[in-house]
Amino acid sequence: MFAYYFDLALRSLRRNKALTALMVVAIALGIGASMTMLTVLHVLSGDPLPGRSATLFYPQVDPRDMDDYKVGEEPPRQVTWIDGMNLLHAKRADRQALMTGGSVPIQPSQSSLDPFFSDARYTTADFFPMFDTPFLYGRGWSEADDDTRSRVVVITSELNNKLFGGKDSTGQILRMKDAAFRIVGVLGDWRPNPHFYDLNMGDYVGLESAFLPLSTSRDLHMSRNGSTNCWGNGGPDEAHFETAPCVWLQFWVQISDPAKITDYRNFLTHYSQEQKALGHFQRSPNVRLPGLMEWLDVNKVVPSDVRLQTWLALGFLLVCLVNTVGLMLAKFLRRSGELGIRRALGASKRAVFGQLLMESAVIGLVGGIVGLLLAFVGLWLVRRQPSEYAALAHMDLTMLAATFVAAVVTTLFAGLLPAWRACQVTPALQLKSQ
Amino acid sequence: MTLHPMISALRRHKAGVVLIALQIALTLAIVCNAIFIIGQRIDRVNRPTGLDENNLFLVSQQWVGAPSGDDAASVDKLDTMQLEDLAALRNLPDVASVVPINSLPLLNSSWNGALSLKPDDKKSFIHTTYYFADEQALSTLGLHLIAGRAFTAGDVQHQGMRDQRDPSIVIVTKAIADKAFPKGDAVGKVIYLNGAGKPVTIIGVIERLQVPATGSWVNDFAWNSMLIPARLNANFSRYAVRAKPGRLEAAMRAVTPTLYKVDPLRVLDDDSVRSFTYIRQQAYEGDRGMAILMGIVCLILICVTAAGIVGLTSFWVGQRQRQIGVRRALGARKIDILHYFQLENLLIAGVGVVIGVLLAVGLNMWLMSHYEMTRIPLLYVLTAVLAMLALGQAAVFVPARRASNVPPVTATRAV
Repeated sequence: MFAYYFDLALRSLRRNKALTALMVVAIALGIGASMTMLTVLHVLSGDPLPGRSATLFYPQVDPRDMDDYKVGEEPPRQVTWIDGMNLLHAKRADRQALMTGGSVPIQPSQSSLDPFFSDARYTTADFFPMFDTPFLYGRGWSEADDDTRSRVVVITSELNNKLFGGKDSTGQILRMKDAAFRIVGVLGDWRPNPHFYDLNMGDYVGLESAFLPLSTSRDLHMSRNGSTNCWGNGGPDEAHFETAPCVWLQFWVQISDPAKITDYRNFLTHYSQEQKALGHFQRSPNVRLPGLMEWLDVNKVVPSDVRLQTWLALGFLLVCLVNTVGLMLAKFLRRSGELGIRRALGASKRAVFGQLLMESAVIGLVGGIVGLLLAFVGLWLVRRQPSEYAALAHMDLTMLAATFVAAVVTTLFAGLLPAWRACQVTPALQLKSQ
Repeated sequence: MTLHPMISALRRHKAGVVLIALQIALTLAIVCNAIFIIGQRIDRVNRPTGLDENNLFLVSQQWVGAPSGDDAASVDKLDTMQLEDLAALRNLPDVASVVPINSLPLLNSSWNGALSLKPDDKKSFIHTTYYFADEQALSTLGLHLIAGRAFTAGDVQHQGMRDQRDPSIVIVTKAIADKAFPKGDAVGKVIYLNGAGKPVTIIGVIERLQVPATGSWVNDFAWNSMLIPARLNANFSRYAVRAKPGRLEAAMRAVTPTLYKVDPLRVLDDDSVRSFTYIRQQAYEGDRGMAILMGIVCLILICVTAAGIVGLTSFWVGQRQRQIGVRRALGARKIDILHYFQLENLLIAGVGVVIGVLLAVGLNMWLMSHYEMTRIPLLYVLTAVLAMLALGQAAVFVPARRASNVPPVTATRAV
């Protein structure tokens, strides 16, 4: 029966090529446009660290003075040096890392390469195990390195390729800002999207090229990049940033046991109370502990233009569907005579309905295939856009399957009304008018 | 022709009529809002920065191993290095003038603050952005001084990047002057910066200068710029350069070797020398992409809707062959048949656009609550309504003409 309906559908579609083409093109355009945008949205709102993100949290405390105080306001989105160090050394979570971004002048030993500036991340030892970064060679540094302000560095494989031709460079010396750093690790293929751990650098920027201990960067007056917010008589010179009333560091913790999340939140409240009692904080405790994905939401990481374009594409699909419903209705009703004969020969309403739905499914399938091709073209166009997320727009298996399912399901849905209407024809009336 | 028989005919095709009307309504709603978005983006892209953008380019460079800039001696050293660069650039044959500056419009790197009319006022203030530049600012950037005077070499100070001292004189844009001193007598008046207590005198007013940021967060102070007569000293510097007319490329090529000759210990990469045309292009690339995308979607949407109307009307024409034949046999002219289908389409499209207008306004309101949007002007809606009606007429013409060509003899034949 299935094969027979399929054959009937093909025959019917071949009979009126222009109309069939119109329906397929409409479905394909709608599916192509909406799948392109949904894929971009899917990529951009994805999980940067699948499997690990549920255990990562971003503690926020409120060390500001009473100017512009509003109850329930969001605490600053970064921490001060003092709070960061206190929370880091308290070690109340399974792992914790304090960090900020910067840029370092790299002076290659090869004379063929000019010195160049590279983005860097100044952080603490737990960064690597906490974010589960893959290593090509070597490993991260230890807490002892943090404490002794060791001149050690972890570089990306990209920088390793540029400077050392991709060979194992651990143990080699890298000169940065006139200081010699020992390379302890080379990262493997790792590009978390979004750049969740520091959204000030741009939401979808690539990885920094060099990672070095935060303490060492302060020791050598490495230049910082990113956002700094001060209050009161803030805005000091760079040398006294450790004591300034400014937030400029990001602090992440890993809490693997869900039961301990409340404990950590209590710890933050307790810490704020203690700081207030000591006269360091002025506001009453105002703490938050968003998880990684929640943090991305709070920061509205997915660009609003992309959301807008997605809605536009879905609206477009809706118009294409209405269009297809109209055309199918016309097509099916035009065949009232043929359907009347089938009914008169004993086909049940249900059988006719099935036959017509099969026809819409075929249109949906062909539309889906063409739409998929269009989605690939669309994604190729998106990748040619200048925005920093553009390069990420790739189709994955989930979206590939979703495209087909969406195409067939929407077309079947679109076929319901026309098929139902066509089933209502009275066989006798149709036969008489022949 | 009366509408009555037409309406009762349409009643027999309820589903088809509803679908066409719905499609027209949805298309109207989407196209209307999309074109409004395109219009907004085009307005944004076309707003003038206030600069004379031709022959202007920007040099950004960083010194390797420069002094920290944290103490007076190292700030002086950095300033000497900057002055050497400036002298070398100003000596180039293709260069008209050079100004050291911390940022430029559309560069999205800015130093923002606030000004108030009373000292130590932290409550009522006007947002502003600061441009640190020397006496060649106006000539290099092509800014128009409309009151007061420009900076002289004697006015220009220098200070470390993190030195928060306030200047004693500034030049402001007309936007600031009008807001702070509506009587138009801003020159010579005293203002206070960032809620501090030091009096700052306005010595000049320029017509227009956009702030560096292009995001929507600067929308309420996009023209509030202030020029401060100082060179900023840090381990990096930016120079805006005006090339002699027609010599832009030659001047841009000469910069890198010249600066390396002054001091080889610096970083100048591919992105270090950028023409302002390129900066503008980069700043608005997202907006342009959005406008083009919206445009394409609108175009395809209109085509799909037109094709839908053609398809459904063709079907109706085919279905009513006999009725048309009967009408022709009873004396209706070709033109009557043509008019019948045209009027029928107008009727359906009319219902469609009424619903469409409601949808368009609803969609606009939804967009306003979720995205940065303003209320859609009536003109856009009316234009879209007329365009949709015209589209319907254009789409129906071919099938309607085919209908009018149905010979009267059809009435006697079986379909």
